[in-house]
Amino acid sequence: MATVIEPTTTPAKTYSAATQFAPHPEGLVGGNHDLATLGDKIADVSIQVTPTPRAWWLFFLVGFTLLQGMVVGVAYLLYLGTGVWGINQPVAWGMAIINFVWWIGIGHAGTLISAILLLLHQKWRTSLNRFAEAMTIFAVMCAGMFPLLHMGRPWLFYWLYPVPVNFAAWPQFRSPLCWDVFAVTTYFTVSAVFWYVGLVPDFAVLRDVARNRLQRAVYGMLSMGWRGSAIHWRRYEKLYLLLAGLGTPLVFSVHTIVSFDFAVSIVPLWHATIFPPFFVAGAIFAGFAMVIWLAVPLRQFYGMKDFITDKHMDFCAKVMLGTGLLVNYGYFCELWMSWYSHSIYEWDTTLQRIWYGPYAWAYWVLILTNALIPQMLWIDKLRKNMYVLFFIALSVHIGMWFERYVIVITLSRDHLPSSWGRYAPTEWDYMLFIGTIGMFITLFSLFVRFVPMLSITELRELLPHAQGGRDGHAVMENAK
Amino acid sequence: MTTTPDDGTAVYGLLAEFETADGLIDATRSAAAKGYSRMDGYSPYPIGEVADALGFPRSEIGAIMFIGGLCGATFGFLMQYYLNGIDYPINVGGKPMFSWPQFAPITWELLVLTASLSGVIGLFVLCGLPQPNHPLFNVPQFARATRDRFFLCIEATDPNFDLTSTRDFLDTLKPLSVAEVPE
Repeated sequence: MATVIEPTTTPAKTYSAATQFAPHPEGLVGGNHDLATLGDKIADVSIQVTPTPRAWWLFFLVGFTLLQGMVVGVAYLLYLGTGVWGINQPVAWGMAIINFVWWIGIGHAGTLISAILLLLHQKWRTSLNRFAEAMTIFAVMCAGMFPLLHMGRPWLFYWLYPVPVNFAAWPQFRSPLCWDVFAVTTYFTVSAVFWYVGLVPDFAVLRDVARNRLQRAVYGMLSMGWRGSAIHWRRYEKLYLLLAGLGTPLVFSVHTIVSFDFAVSIVPLWHATIFPPFFVAGAIFAGFAMVIWLAVPLRQFYGMKDFITDKHMDFCAKVMLGTGLLVNYGYFCELWMSWYSHSIYEWDTTLQRIWYGPYAWAYWVLILTNALIPQMLWIDKLRKNMYVLFFIALSVHIGMWFERYVIVITLSRDHLPSSWGRYAPTEWDYMLFIGTIGMFITLFSLFVRFVPMLSITELRELLPHAQGGRDGHAVMENAK
Repeated sequence: MTTTPDDGTAVYGLLAEFETADGLIDATRSAAAKGYSRMDGYSPYPIGEVADALGFPRSEIGAIMFIGGLCGATFGFLMQYYLNGIDYPINVGGKPMFSWPQFAPITWELLVLTASLSGVIGLFVLCGLPQPNHPLFNVPQFARATRDRFFLCIEATDPNFDLTSTRDFLDTLKPLSVAEVPE
């Protein structure tokens, strides 16, 4: 019964409790775990007991290589200026804002999983929230690159904030672009803080199983000396619940404000009240596609199928299908409103977008990848096939990128035909975009390797009573 | 009332180890019934019943975050009006200087930011963290408090604390072990 904890270096370690437990009633935890084996399985990756899979090196090196594209792209951009991009009049935003919205949308699923599903008592969020929050943070970092560099002189970014400096001018607080600065900054800060608070007890786990002095020192510092006191837990849970409560409206407000960047203008098809909910649904849609993309390799190469079960993948697929339908409703609503409004500008822009404009092909790529292909998720068998699921998620990534492309490209044909123009991204646009993908992969690989990729504490609570847990997260009950 | 064992070193308290969460809950309740007040439970995950039994039914975090958020929102709203309406008036589309609906988004964002940060800072300050070392870490089995064991520590500062009688009491709770925690 009482086993002595001693670090083991045998790679063929089995993570299974001595006693045989009944399968989890809801199928949320597999693999016959008790408190100790569950913690070991996750912690051993961070303390380098689990041998690093070869696939990890592949991901990391590919990501790190692509990251160099960003280094080169940014260097050249700073050397010559934003003219190296394809932006010009009338399409003054181009890929910078397409990629910004694409990335920040991907981030939103992390907050949805960690905050909204917590408030909704969804126990299945417990296996996903940690790496989904990491995804949020890294995606927001990637997103932030674009507006920052689009400014041309990114070292003067602090002009966006009301810093009392001697040029005596202040930001224009009636502009959605200014709201965006505050929204994204707040979103990043709160997401990072929420993530770290959740990590503190898990760092304490790593501190106590560390294999050498370096690990003990680093994880010990990160855990802040957490010792699991009941009084501390009570405050911790209250904070966790309230951060979830604030994070829920925060995530809606952030993407609403992002959509205001468009909707507050008077460009045809941008000036629409459907934009905020349409953007939020699209964000969650895209984010779940990324959660699926990240969960599949974690299951495959790190054997996390015990915690990210088929049931979880099924839930993710269903959320993706549901939010996808909301997005489809948005497409319908755009067409309907432009016809029903009897505005000649709205209707002509719609026809240009879907029929005789130079970028009509992009609209149909969007409909194919974002509206039609995800309908495969209705079929049970396809939803449960990881390859198909991975392919559908890819389709959603492409589709959500094209959605923003279609919106942004609307600028090419405005009210005034004499000022119509074309837009084509240059290789420097693509290089920076691919560079941010590299940055995301690099950061995520490092996260998986050095930080508990799933929440040990919350998964322990999820275990049934017989296995030493509390049968589901009790934050709502304990937080007082 | 002894707080010093025979060898002269100071004692932080007595630490009882339990195998299950329910064992810790029962033990905490019994100890509270026995009149102990300076004690704390330690567990790998939060157990609300233990905090209740310790007489800590409600944390201060809610009030801290409320005040923090209120200050942030008020400051954010007044800042926008002062900067864009008074100090450097900007006319945007003929809107009034006090166009409060347009100040709502940033007011909200600053509310969330200040409430969250004050909550996190509040948590760490109230818990006395970061505190890299603690007497409890001197007990070898306490490393399992983050693993699969549950602990109850009755501290030496408790008015009812006595090295022998408290140990006898803890033994009645059927712990896996009882250890002296050196200061």
